[in-house]
Amino acid sequence: MAIKKVQRKFGFWERTYIPEVLKGLRLTARHLFRNLFIHMAHQFGLAKHLRGGETYQYPDERRPLFARLRTLHRLTRREDGSPRCVACMMCETVCPADCIYIVGGEHPNPQIEKYPVRFDIDLGLCVFCGYCVEACPEDAIRMDTGILEFSSYSREGMIYDLEKLLSYSRRQETGDRSQESGVRRQETGVRSHREVLNVKPET
Amino acid sequence: MPIITVNGQEVHVEPQFTVIQAAEKLGIYVPRYCYHPGLSIAGSCRMCLVEIENMFKLAISCYTRVRDGMTVTTDSKRVTQARKAMLEFLLINHPLDCPVCDQSGECDLQNYYMEIGQYDSRFLENKIKRKKAFPVGPHVVLDQERCILCTRCTRFCEEVSRSHELGVFNRGNRSVIDLHPAKTLDNPYSGNVIDICPVGALTEREFRFKCRVWYLSTRDSICSGCARGCNISIHYNESRPYKAGGRRAQRLKPRFNPLVNQWWMCDEGRFGYEFIDKNRIEQPYLRAIAELELSEWDKVIDEVSTALKSAWQKFGPNSIGVIASPQLSNEELYLIQKLFAELMGIEQIGYRNPWEKGGFQDDFLIRADKNPNSRGAEEIGLSGDVRTILEKAACGEIKILYIFQHNFDSEEARKMLEQAEYIVFQGTNWNKTADFANVILPGATYAEKDGTFTNFEGRVQRFQQAFLPLSEAKADSEILTVLAEKLEYPLVYLTAEDIFMEWYGKPYEGLEEFGEMISQKKHQWTI
Repeated sequence: MAIKKVQRKFGFWERTYIPEVLKGLRLTARHLFRNLFIHMAHQFGLAKHLRGGETYQYPDERRPLFARLRTLHRLTRREDGSPRCVACMMCETVCPADCIYIVGGEHPNPQIEKYPVRFDIDLGLCVFCGYCVEACPEDAIRMDTGILEFSSYSREGMIYDLEKLLSYSRRQETGDRSQESGVRRQETGVRSHREVLNVKPET
Repeated sequence: MPIITVNGQEVHVEPQFTVIQAAEKLGIYVPRYCYHPGLSIAGSCRMCLVEIENMFKLAISCYTRVRDGMTVTTDSKRVTQARKAMLEFLLINHPLDCPVCDQSGECDLQNYYMEIGQYDSRFLENKIKRKKAFPVGPHVVLDQERCILCTRCTRFCEEVSRSHELGVFNRGNRSVIDLHPAKTLDNPYSGNVIDICPVGALTEREFRFKCRVWYLSTRDSICSGCARGCNISIHYNESRPYKAGGRRAQRLKPRFNPLVNQWWMCDEGRFGYEFIDKNRIEQPYLRAIAELELSEWDKVIDEVSTALKSAWQKFGPNSIGVIASPQLSNEELYLIQKLFAELMGIEQIGYRNPWEKGGFQDDFLIRADKNPNSRGAEEIGLSGDVRTILEKAACGEIKILYIFQHNFDSEEARKMLEQAEYIVFQGTNWNKTADFANVILPGATYAEKDGTFTNFEGRVQRFQQAFLPLSEAKADSEILTVLAEKLEYPLVYLTAEDIFMEWYGKPYEGLEEFGEMISQKKHQWTI
């Protein structure tokens, strides 16, 4: 491959750096004073047609999330509240980080037959690829909680068990499952793609 | 001999062969459900349809006898379409509960659907509900919905086990496989119906939901349950230790050997793998005053070698007694013979437990002798009387007793062991003998080492190491070579194969596929 070498010629003033530094400072200062003025004016209800620099005041102010963003996992429930999961081990098999641990057991109802005795996700290992959601034949695992903040002081604390993963799903599932995920989205502040793109500056 | 052409390849076959067998001889696999080489021909599944020249309709290859000059096509478009249609029929009432089915991953419905099916379902009616997941015997669970009525299991119960437990009831789309009234599937070979079931209708109770089959690795081995030496595969899971409580050996499956067990194995052997992971001696132990204490390998080997050496120097070779075990491989028994008899001159070496009563025996596979290698021990020449060795140990004539593996749980043996001065126990599991031992050396089970067993007919068959010995346990041959080094008898073998070479005069690769009679052994050593 041919390599083109560009020789940049610096003039005298450029080599002293002084005017260039001042130029940079001017730009920074312009934004500082402009935003200072606009945000203060907004406080008094003035200059609403001008848009200030956007900074999300996390954690008071949350950035809107895309609807399909992969966030903390949850296990969905059957109508009676028991886990929908049948411990088929598809997610466990497909998981590239090997962070899902399932132990199956015999369910007293032969129509259900198999259920997870243990279902742990080690979020310290998880890479949030979403393969588990895609592999699931029962729609038992989803990544739509909108929860991004989970941390722990220990590695063990990052392992979420069956109970905890189920707790993000409502105890009584409604018959209409599309409704149910919409409710969750409102609760956690997850917005649709369109909403995010059309977002207006905070006033 | 007739010559027939399958997919353009010519093959000479016996006149009694069927087309499916001729194709098999060429390595051409014809899809099948009801056909099994070990059973009679039912011809009910219609999956093995093939096109035969000058025949108006497609013919089932499992039931069509070969004829000289026959030309068969097994993969034409017409054949594939017919198979696809048959598969669609078979899947009409199939519940498609693959996520919960233990068979998925090794299911012929799945395999053939991926191979030749891949249609979209056209079935709009309701599927017929049948009885799901109920135990039909101590080892088998039946799911009638998943069944495709190939009748392999009923034919097995009629022809192989001859116990007639299973049958087909009702007619047409209401037919189901079920137990005959007042019967349970509890014959000693019931586990085989799980293997021959091509779908998930018959599944194993022990293995149920323990582990997905695609997590399993497999290794060829020999069943250690009795003197028959059935060829088996050990299916084990090491990658996901949280399954089945950390058990490594998950299940045993029979492996085809026309000269020993054909396609079958008994339930006793099939479910007798628990000792590989349960109740194991994981570390060496030394008895300090009264209690057994954890120790290290260097220490116990030192202890055993100094004890053996001092007894041998003070009282001569007859002050040491060795009780080898028919659970050990030929290689290990040969090492015992070489080290203790040949090099140390010990005469009291036996292997047969005199209190062991023969178990159940039948005219098919199960043998009364529940040890895999009694014949091997006999051939190697460890034929001393164990009762006299124990008696001598009890009266103090034998100072050191080196016991391999044996569980002496009878009252008589217990009394003798109590009086024995010094006992070295080398074994895999905790048992009654270990309670009396001064030193315990943890050995490896047959799944954890390479070796050969000689079955009761004298057939030498090889088994392979599936996984490493548990915790600090070591293969018995390894322990013996280390001990020999300490005793200043150089026995340098790197692998079990080296020992086998010396004993049998052949590498493992040289053994015949289905085992070899011990009379063919080339090398004879002299004592």
